[in-house]
Formats: sequence, C-alpha cells, structure tokens
Amino acid sequence: MSDPRLEQADRTNDFAFKIGTVNGTGSASANGLIMQAIFRMGIPCTGKNVFPSNIQGLPTWYEIRVSHEGYSARTPEFDLIVAMNPATYERDIAEVRPGGYLLHDSSWPMAKEFLRDDITFLGVPLGEMCVREFKGARVRILMKNIAYAGALAALLSMDLDVIRGMIQEKFAAKPKLIGSNYKAIELGYDYAMEHFDCPLPIRLQTMDATSDHVLMDGNTSAALGCVYAGATVGAWYPITPSTSLMDAFKRFCERFRKDPETGERSFFIAQAEDELAAAGVVIGAGWAGARAFTPTSGPGISLMSEFIGLAYYAEIPAVFVDVQRVGPSTGMPTRTQQGDLAAVAYASHGDTKHIALFPANPEESFHMAVEAFDLAERFQSPVFLVQDLDIGMNDWMIPRLNWDDGFVPDRGKVLGAAELEKIEKFYRYMDVDGDGIPYRSLPGVHPKGAYFTRGSGHTSRGTYTEDADEYTEVMDRLRTKIDSAASEVPAPAVQMREGATMSLVTIGSCDGAVREAADMLERQGLPVNFLRVRGFPFDTLVPEFLDAHELNFVVEQNRDAQLRRLLVTETEVEPARLHSVLDYGGFPMSAAFVAGEVNEHLGRAPEETKVRPAAERPEGAVA
Amino acid sequence: MTYIAKPAVRHPGLGANDLGLHMRDYEGTISTLCAGCGHDSVTAAIIQAFYELSIPPHRIAKMSGIGCSAKTPAYFVNEAHGFNGVHGRMPALATGANAANKDLYYIGISGDGDSLSIGLGQFCHAIRRNVNMLYVLENNGVYGLTKGQFSASADVGSRSKRGVPNKSEPIDPVALALTLGATFVARGFSGDKQQLLPLLKAGLMHKGFAFLDVISPCVTFNDHVGSTKSYLYTRHHGHELVPVDFVPIRSEISASYEKGSRTSITMHDGSMVRFRKVPEDYDPTDRLSAYEHYRSLQNRGEVVTGLLYLDPGGEDMHDDNATTATPLAEMAYEDLCPGSEQMDALMEEFR
Ligand SMILES: Cc1ncc(C[n+]2csc(CCOP(=O)(O)OP(=O)(O)O)c2C)c(N)n1
Ligand code: SF4
Ligand SMILES: [Mg+2]
Repeated sequence: MSDPRLEQADRTNDFAFKIGTVNGTGSASANGLIMQAIFRMGIPCTGKNVFPSNIQGLPTWYEIRVSHEGYSARTPEFDLIVAMNPATYERDIAEVRPGGYLLHDSSWPMAKEFLRDDITFLGVPLGEMCVREFKGARVRILMKNIAYAGALAALLSMDLDVIRGMIQEKFAAKPKLIGSNYKAIELGYDYAMEHFDCPLPIRLQTMDATSDHVLMDGNTSAALGCVYAGATVGAWYPITPSTSLMDAFKRFCERFRKDPETGERSFFIAQAEDELAAAGVVIGAGWAGARAFTPTSGPGISLMSEFIGLAYYAEIPAVFVDVQRVGPSTGMPTRTQQGDLAAVAYASHGDTKHIALFPANPEESFHMAVEAFDLAERFQSPVFLVQDLDIGMNDWMIPRLNWDDGFVPDRGKVLGAAELEKIEKFYRYMDVDGDGIPYRSLPGVHPKGAYFTRGSGHTSRGTYTEDADEYTEVMDRLRTKIDSAASEVPAPAVQMREGATMSLVTIGSCDGAVREAADMLERQGLPVNFLRVRGFPFDTLVPEFLDAHELNFVVEQNRDAQLRRLLVTETEVEPARLHSVLDYGGFPMSAAFVAGEVNEHLGRAPEETKVRPAAERPEGAVA
Repeated sequence: MTYIAKPAVRHPGLGANDLGLHMRDYEGTISTLCAGCGHDSVTAAIIQAFYELSIPPHRIAKMSGIGCSAKTPAYFVNEAHGFNGVHGRMPALATGANAANKDLYYIGISGDGDSLSIGLGQFCHAIRRNVNMLYVLENNGVYGLTKGQFSASADVGSRSKRGVPNKSEPIDPVALALTLGATFVARGFSGDKQQLLPLLKAGLMHKGFAFLDVISPCVTFNDHVGSTKSYLYTRHHGHELVPVDFVPIRSEISASYEKGSRTSITMHDGSMVRFRKVPEDYDPTDRLSAYEHYRSLQNRGEVVTGLLYLDPGGEDMHDDNATTATPLAEMAYEDLCPGSEQMDALMEEFR
C-alpha cells in the first residue's frame, strides 16, 4: 500500500530524511558526518537542527534535505526517519510520508500500536551489535550513532570511501579511534546490506555540484565578516541562538589576530554582565574609534534599547547582530522566527529609526556583516544585521567565500589631527556637506577635536540645549541622514517571470522556501514575481515593485506581519495590495506551505494546482 | 596620529605646569549646579589635579552617566572629550572606550543613584574587569537631579528634608569596592580639598580600577540636621585613617610631611604614594587588613576617609587580555584583515 508518487518518480538525489535522537548523546557528530558525506559526494544538501532548549536528555532531530536542483528550504515531508529515540517513536512513525521508511533499533521490540502498514520498517539491532563489539557505556552510545550512519550509507548508497576519509580526518589526532569508528560504520553497513534491498529508491548518486561550495552556518560566517571588517572590540552576553557567533569570532581572532611571537592580541572581547553593558561597551568603543559589535537575540535587543537610542542620537557607530529566535519574552529559544523586525527598525524611545540588513543565508551574513561596519561608520549610527536561528545555527551550502584584497573600509567622516589643526573650530553636529552626515573626531587625537557627547538635547554645535528650534534642527537632520541610507543598504533581490501579475515578497531566511514556491506555482500555471527585501530603510525599488503588482503576497515568519507593517508605514503602497502569508511556529518555512497559502487565497482548486510534467513547464524568465 | 601639546618652558612664577598650561586651561564651562553643591568642590579639585599632573587635556576622556554629579564633566577640562551617557551605564561606556584606546586618561564621574541603584551591576563589573580608570562617586545620599529621593547610600536613620527617616540598610560603595577587588580604594570629602587632591592625583596615576568615594553634600536636598551626608555631619564624624601625599614621577620630594611612621608605595610609573601616620596594625596594601580596619572604624560611627587600600601591582584588563601595545582604535586595517589567502585556506576547512 505504498504511495504511488514515491514509486513512480525518480527520487535519486531528491528526498528528505531526518534523524531523531536524544540530545547530549553525541549524535551531532554522526549527523554531521552523514551530511558532510553527501556534500562531498557533490550533491546539494542542507541540514537543519531541531533541538530543545536543554543540555541533555530531551528529543532532538537533524533534518537533511537532498536536492539535485539545489533547493534548500525545509521540507516537512520525510521519506525516511531514523528513529533512535524510543520516546519519540510514535511521533516519528506518524511523520513518515506514505511509502516511506523508518529505520529503528530492533534490539528491543517495537510497540505494536505504533506500526503502520503504509511504510517500511527497517529494524537494525544497533544496540545489540554495539554491546557485543564495544566496551563501556559511553563508547557504546557513541558507536551506536556511527552504526546508524553505516546503515544509512548502505540504504542510501553513500560513498564509503568518502566516509572513511572523513573519519580519518576527524580523528587524525587520535588514531586509536579510527578503528572503532570504521568498525561501527561497518556494523551498520553490513547489516543493512545483508537484510534489506539496498539501496532504497531514495538514494544518492555522485554529482559535481558542490565543489565550489562550503558548508557553513551563518553565525560562523557573520563572525568571519566581523574579523574581515576589522572589528577589534566585541561585547556580548551569552544567549541562544547568537552565542556561537562570539565563539566563532573568538576562534578566528585567536588564529588571525594573535602575534605568534609575542602572543599580543589585536582584539578585545568583553563578556559583559548583561546586554545593557554589552551595548554600552560597543558604543564606548565606537566612540573611541574602534569597530565594535555585539551579537544577541530578541531579549537582548529589548535590554539594549536605551543604549541604542543614545547611539542614534549621539551619532556613534555600533553594529548589533540580532540572531532572532521565537518571542515574545523568553519564547522558544531554540526555534526560529522573524519577530524582531519592528523592534529593530525603531528600537528605543523617542523618534528613532535604524539601518538594518537582512541576510538570507550565511553567504550574505558574511558580506552584510562587513557592510554593516561600513554603514555604521559612514552614517555614524547603529546598524543591525538581522538574521535568525535558521541562518545562524544551521549548516547551509553556500558558495566558497572570497575576499578581495583591494577592499578598503569606509571609516566615514572622521577628522584626523592634521585636518583638525587646519580648521578654525570644530562643531560635532554641523551639516557641513549638506548630506545630513556631520564630521566626527576621536578622543585623544587633537585638542580642537574635543567635544562633549551627550544623549540629552544638543545643538548642531554640540552644546546642550532645551531650545525647540535648536533641538528640531538636529532631529530633522537625523531623519534626512537615516533616510538617505535607503539607497546605500543592499538593494532588494528580484526575480521576474514572464506573464506574472502578482508577486511574492519576503525577507531573510524565507528566501529559499519562497523561491521554491514560485517555481511550484509556475509549474501549476501561476507565474509570480519575487522580491526579497535586503535592507532598511527601504530602497525606492521596493515600493516601485509593490506598486507594479495588483497583489503582493508578503511572506514572513511572525504573527503580526511585521514586514508588511513596515512596508505600509514606510512606503505609499496601498495596503490592500499586500496580503500576508505568515508562518510563525518556530520551524523554517517550507515551499509547500507558501504555495498552498497562495492557492488558497486565490481560491485555486486542487486540480489546478497539480504539478504539471516538466515538459509542459514554461521557461521562467529570470532577472 | 596623536597631537601632543609642546611642553613650553616652565615658568613656575606664572603658574604654568610642565606643559606650559595654566589652571584655566583645565577649566570647563560654567557650572549650573546649585550654589554650594559639594559636586562643584570636587570639580575644582579635579581641575587642579589634572593641572598639577600636567596631563595633556585632549588625552583625557571624561565619562559619566546621568545625575547632577554626572553633569560635572562639562565643568572641567574643556579640551577633553566628554561622554555623558545614560543613567547608571557609564562603566560600560568607559570599558568600551578603554578597550578601544587604552592610552587615554579615563575619569568617570558618577552619583550614588547612578552607581548604587540603577548602575550597581555595572559598577561592580567594571571593578571586576579592572578597567584602568579613576572612578569618582560623588556621594550625597540622595538623587539630586530628581529632587531628593533617598538613594541606596543613605544611612539607616538619616532623615529626609521632610523629616522622614530612611529604614533600609545602605549599600556602602567602599566596602563593596574592597570586596570586589578594586585595586585602589579611597574616600574623600568635598569639603576637604587638601585631602582630596592627593587622592585624585594618585587615583589618576594608578594603573587599574581606582575607586574614590567622595562625600559630596547636596545643599538643596540633603544638608539639613538629621542627614548623615551633610557638611556638618561629615566634619564631625570624619576620620582620616591615613593622611597621604602623592609624589609624581620625577618631582623633587620637597613636600613637607610630618614625622612619624611612614610607608611609601611606588606606583607602576614610578610616582609615589606616601602614607603618613599609618596605625600599627594596618597595612594599606593588604586587602583584609584594610577591610577590617575600615569596618571597625565605621562601626564606631565614623566616616572613614583617606586612601584605604592600594595594590601597586599595575595591571589592568588589557594585561589580562594581552592586548597589543598599539591601541586597538589605532591599528591599521591591513594588520587586522587576514586577507584572501587565509580565506581560501579557511574555506577548505568547511568542506
Ligand atoms: C533610565 C532612567 N531612569 C531614571 C532617570 C531619572 N534620573 C536622572 S538622575 C537620577 C538620579 C541621580 O542620582 P545620583 O546618581 O545620586 O546623582 P546626583 O544627582 O545625586 O548627583 C534619576 C533617577 C533617568 N535619567 N534615566
Ligand atoms: S540638587 Fe543637590 S546635588 Fe543637585 S546640584 Fe543641587 S545641591 Fe547639587
Ligand atoms: Mg546622589
């Protein structure tokens, strides 16, 4: 009674599976091994970690999507589930799609009530085999993970040489472990070969689509961006899902910013007492002329708000990386969301507005991190790099990062000693060039550069004021200044299709799901255009695009349609043209969800939405 | 990159310091505080301290939070950069600024509300981090700027202007600084400039976190009978534990000091602190001894003043971090960016 769809279609390099384990049992390295092996076979793949806010003992899953077409969005349809956690058997079994497979440890019998007759159960006595082969409880648990990787290798037709190579690399420093890992792989592999019809219809076949790519998460790439941007001061207070960003920054700095002879370090990391202090350290450092940043998440942004307003009003460069998680309040720390868009855009009391960059993947996280520092110094203002848990903590396949050695950072309008020497008198907040951006001076450089920085009312000369006109003059200039950043932030990503009258508009990590949904819709006879916002304030291209479509579906991951709200507030577009598609339960979005919502809103019958064979698909015009 | 004022010929008669600058070169804008406010006297002493130490004005960074006290950096050293941040958060700003440029002279001015209520956490952590700065707490027992509410340093039984007694236990910043590991702990009184001046100078030259609590009466809201932070009360209950002199590096030791037991401590830069009349059972370089002495005098109801503890070790947060000699803000970009070759090599590790 298997699903005919599964049998008919060629599922080589086009399927999804997930592995359910217990956190804290070392399964992460086995899962990483599987993912990396697929990647090294040249096959596009993405891995998503679904983990609990807990250190040990709770269920955790690792989802891998293999797509020869290069689709990277999460797909909630699993062809195979490796159920290693008896506590989640019921749920895991229910989630396998009809015609799919369930791989489980058959050392113990499986409760009858869980069994389904529309999926295939693949029992491997992993526990039993590992007890027989290995000594010690901890080793047995670890090797069981490697053994299921071995079974998967047989079932999915993974290249064993690739796996062996990786084990060798991984344990180069501890060669003793190589043997036991090989053994564990073989246990699983041999058992599966002997007992099942290997490989399954869902299977891998070597390709050559990943040699120009790397597997990287967005916290690592953003941290690398901070290093390459020349950031020297980092301040933080640990918070999931941003913690690994500072961990990576520290690692890179220990490697690239430490004098091998003297041990002197050209960076300073302050683990602050809270996010208020972290923000203060960054602003203090920016004021004194260093490139400084803080990684955080929603709760941290809330705490930093007062300081963000100070940096905005006193015009001090500072970079904030917000790795969003599910809010409000503590919310769900290990789930993803785009719930901070509105908070970041206008963070702090009074009239404020901030420059924000929205990467869609770790590649953009790197480049936008570098750009964030340039913008912060050019506009002398806080800049937010807004990513989320999905980008920050999951492994993405991205093109190898390149660095242009000709890059020159934009330090903005900073007067040096020689320039200060020449001028008659320095006024900190004077609009000398008529572009809304004043000149600044750094402490310690020259007596003429001295001024009094304050978050209280000040004049364009930098002096204290409570005068309406003097206050207003500075506030109006600030508006001009920040609005002018619209053309300097990254332009939106746009994809046009022949015959499209509607569009899908999105932001950040929804990119993959929305682009894939556009492909799906086109196959279903509905070509739609695509726009992804990449910066705030919005580039004029954004309202132009929206106005050019009778209907724009605004796809985002929060309950209150925050992107749509920003679009309505910040542009003249008719609100009726913006229809929200929202998914905010904490999982990365799927293309099927987006296409389904669009079809439902348009009242398209299921018949019309059937996928047409490839031969009938119109060629999409891609711009 | 740095501009250093040329040291002019010294004219002691004209009152110029080693840099050829006069006292007025260290002044700020005119104070807008209430006439007689203790904070103004502290400002005057700070001006004199910088002047006497011949510190180039533009190499000074004046940091503060919010409060009457926090306003005062505007009233001294016009040619220094000042940063009047947000309430209770000066320590974080000072940490960041110092992280970026460790070569400046950092002075932070705070109030008892700023440091002991809203900013208590930041105050404690700046001490723990051992930021190289002089942290002056202008302590008046009230929130001056918001019109006289009790602060966390108000003593039990101290009466507000309306006669209402304070019932909550005070937070004592000196005891706190001693326990948290501040490497320089002192207390002065705004009404005693002669004592305050060497404390300020020693604190400025100290490497590491120097804490100076200054009883600085608020004449408008807390200088009445019944207050324990008034001029009168402090004069009557003040107990100078050990009078000190500060002897800057290279100056001839001509200061006249009284005979008696005397301890000299050489600071990291060669300048010296001289303790006069040190009681026998008290060692100002031993934290425990300082703490016990301070507590016993305090229990007798005395407002203990003077330089209570000094760790002349001369380390700060940058020594812990092994930061480069060049301030981070002055590093050339070429020395910070790893470049394309490293990037290419790194990418191989992510496959
Ligand atoms: C976040 C915030 N809360 C409250 C205030 C109002 N406020 C300004 S100064 C101050 C108290 C200042 O007391 P203290 O630090 O003792 O300084 P003093 O005026 O006594 O010198 C308060 C509560 C503020 N500026 N910011
Ligand atoms: S209110 Fe008190 S602390 Fe404030 S200026 Fe007046 S006297 Fe000084
Ligand atoms: Mg006070």
